[in-house]
Amino acid sequence: MAETAQHDDVRKHMGQYYVVFVALLCLTAVTVGVSYLHLTRPLAITVALIIATVKAGLVAAVFMHLISERKVIYAVLLITAVFFAILLLLPNLTTFEHHSGMPGT
Amino acid sequence: MSETVIPYMVKPHPVTGIPNGKFGIWLFLASEVMLFGALFSSYVLIRTGMPTWPPEGGLSSEVLNVPLATLNTAVLITSSITMVLAWASCKMGSLPRFRLWMGATIALAFVFLVVKYFEYSHKFHLGHTPAHDNFYAIYFTMTGLHGLHIVGGIVVNGYLLGPGAKLWATDPEHFTNRVENAGLYWHFVDLVWIFLFPSLYLL
Repeated sequence: MAETAQHDDVRKHMGQYYVVFVALLCLTAVTVGVSYLHLTRPLAITVALIIATVKAGLVAAVFMHLISERKVIYAVLLITAVFFAILLLLPNLTTFEHHSGMPGT
Repeated sequence: MSETVIPYMVKPHPVTGIPNGKFGIWLFLASEVMLFGALFSSYVLIRTGMPTWPPEGGLSSEVLNVPLATLNTAVLITSSITMVLAWASCKMGSLPRFRLWMGATIALAFVFLVVKYFEYSHKFHLGHTPAHDNFYAIYFTMTGLHGLHIVGGIVVNGYLLGPGAKLWATDPEHFTNRVENAGLYWHFVDLVWIFLFPSLYLL
């Protein structure tokens, strides 16, 4: 009984997997297409990162089942996100040094 | 000597609510985020410190092969869905279908590597080695580390398709969990490429 319920559950999600698959392929086409528009660099970076984040979100939410995951994994990912953000902001320290007027850096 | 068995490989651990293997793979992926994060951070630092990018002028999309990288993006996305289907086949109790989809996943991983090989050999042919300039140093470091992750995925998925599949006969649920964990890793490798592709090739 429980096993059939599980089968149905997996089958129900199957459609979702295919939709995400097609969406990922379309978003790849969009991100490549946009790159041919030769937008200004800040705009191009913003658009490309938004599309990449949406794609990554789809993979994480549906393929990696994050949409219905246990709290403990959300906690791990929250800590990871915080440290990842710190890691990405670290290069800013170098520009800070420039502004504080250290010649030759 | 008594055999030590890792507990809670099938049943969820009472504290975390998930099997230990799954918790372990998520912690591993968290460490992977930091590994690739450090490289992305270095990339931003080096790139913003350069007057032009690529240093030789032009656009990244002119220097690197966008059509091949787009093809590889599609290949990895497809391998992600075949991986999901391999796991879903286990869930629905069909080992033959698992074999089919897992075989497809591994084949697509090889396609990715072959395409990458052509990209790399063309760059080497032009003398564009990692030592050429910062652009190629970053390009080869990041895509190279990602490529090693693809190789790692082939090894694990190959094990599950080959000798590892014996577990199906004795403990199908445990085997299904292993496939799920390998899948989590594989989707993460796909996810890294989703960011690498625009960062290196398009911007």
